Amino acid sequence: MARRFRHPTEDPTWAKALIVTVVLAFLGLVLILPLAAVFAEALRKGLGAALAAISDADALAAVRLTLITAAISVPFNALFGLCAAWAIAKHEFPGKSLLITLIDLPFSVSPVVAGLIYVLVFGLQGWFGERLIDHDIKIIFATPGIILATIFVTLPFVARELIPLMQEQGVSEEEAAVSMGASGLRTFWRVTAPNVRWGLLYGVLLCNARAMGEFGAVSVVSGHIRGLTNTMPLHVEILYNEYNFVAAFAVAALLCLLAVLTLVLKTALEAAQPAVRGRGH
Amino acid sequence: MTADTVLAPRKRPVAARPPRRPLFRRRSAIPGFGLTLGVTLTLLSLIVLIPLSAVALKAAQLSPHEFIAVAFSQRALAAYRLTFGAALVAALINGVFGVLTAWALVRYDFPGKGVVNALVDLPFALPTAVAGIALATLYAPNGWIGAYLTPLGVKAAYNPIGVVIALTFIGLPFVVRTLEPVLRDLSADVEEAAASLGASRLATIARVVLPALAPAWMTGFAMAFARGVGEYGSVIFIAGNMPYKSEIAPLLIIIQLEQYEYQAAAAIALVMLAVSFLMLFVINAVQAWARRYS
Repeated sequence: MARRFRHPTEDPTWAKALIVTVVLAFLGLVLILPLAAVFAEALRKGLGAALAAISDADALAAVRLTLITAAISVPFNALFGLCAAWAIAKHEFPGKSLLITLIDLPFSVSPVVAGLIYVLVFGLQGWFGERLIDHDIKIIFATPGIILATIFVTLPFVARELIPLMQEQGVSEEEAAVSMGASGLRTFWRVTAPNVRWGLLYGVLLCNARAMGEFGAVSVVSGHIRGLTNTMPLHVEILYNEYNFVAAFAVAALLCLLAVLTLVLKTALEAAQPAVRGRGH
Repeated sequence: MTADTVLAPRKRPVAARPPRRPLFRRRSAIPGFGLTLGVTLTLLSLIVLIPLSAVALKAAQLSPHEFIAVAFSQRALAAYRLTFGAALVAALINGVFGVLTAWALVRYDFPGKGVVNALVDLPFALPTAVAGIALATLYAPNGWIGAYLTPLGVKAAYNPIGVVIALTFIGLPFVVRTLEPVLRDLSADVEEAAASLGASRLATIARVVLPALAPAWMTGFAMAFARGVGEYGSVIFIAGNMPYKSEIAPLLIIIQLEQYEYQAAAAIALVMLAVSFLMLFVINAVQAWARRYS
């Protein structure tokens, strides 16, 4: 029997089969089983119990707070990312690489530390603690603190997506627009924005997933007041610690659906726009 | 006289010295530099840099002696050991399986590849608390996996092993995603050359392919490690959180905060920040080194 010719850079079939099997087994164990466990636990007492847990008043309050937090922190992040990318990718200035490193800094800081710093600044004992009490402003253990902590942990998302993209695209198109008399804002809307919109969307997508799912940083500044300062992940924690497993996993399943939706949209974006690619975190 | 002037070396006209390059080079034709840089620096300072300095300032209220007493107490040392040790083991596990995953995704075709590719990013998209309760349930003594481990005498949940499991989940995408582009760009010629010179496939991979992947692998490894060191949400549910045994450093910060020990919390946070900055520096250095040799 004639042996099929194997190209020298091709692995033998047995090696391929072995590696693919090991990879699938590893990913199944680490990724798929936890995902399946969430839905199995949520539906343990039937769909009705799971839906009841999600439509509970405290759960709905948590969903609302999570949506509010994302609705403020994600546009903020997009604005910051666009400003940073415009300054960094379209202009030359000293200290640029230091600035890029500093923008990435929140990814290297533990979420718990991210929460702690706002307690130190705005908390009772903090820098502005007394002044805030005098004016009856609550930041820590209230919604503003949750939003601030979320903005901190998500800050690099859009910027690190847009900076390399806009650097690759160069400045010639913008220069042409400006030299023909377009204003800066017009240049941005008519030339830059169409070029970066998919990259922006990609960054916003990942930013939104993190903003809705952030736990550590938000946990420190939230105060865990039920129905008031609980986001969805914090609500999951409270229910779980009360041994209310069906309810905890029902809310968790909702967050899983969000994660899966994020992955589907992300994959679709990558397939449609190959220039837009994940750059890791 | 005339001859002299002719023979004398002609004085070269003094070349106009090029104007010294100004600090901010040639103003770009594109407007908005001042505004966008201003907004960027202001927001970065207000949200990240100034609040971060609060940690150092708060910790500085302690005397050096007190600082060492709280930042390096027996309990804190045990927490660092667990945090860094578990993050290291998890990053190593991801280092091994990350290479295999990236290799399979770039080089092979297999059914379900698209789904696998999308799923690799699940730890980025899934809230950490959800991962935490799911892993705790799986590895609990009566869980889907825990039930098989208990007869073997392995206690995974509520144990340091649980911390490694959670950090493996959290760090999974880093090595895969940093290796993939490098592996894709690796030209086939070097492998063909090695093969045509008589190297076996295994030797080609070990001597030609893996060294080319080393910088990206180290970057991914360091990123997974750094992420694991700071991770909180996915760990606390599965760790059991026993002081000296399965208590991670970020949790210790929260415990100090809940006892209103702000200075102690800041001291531990400062140690963690120092490690984070060191990791950031290492990652940047590795990337700069890789750029020079690519």
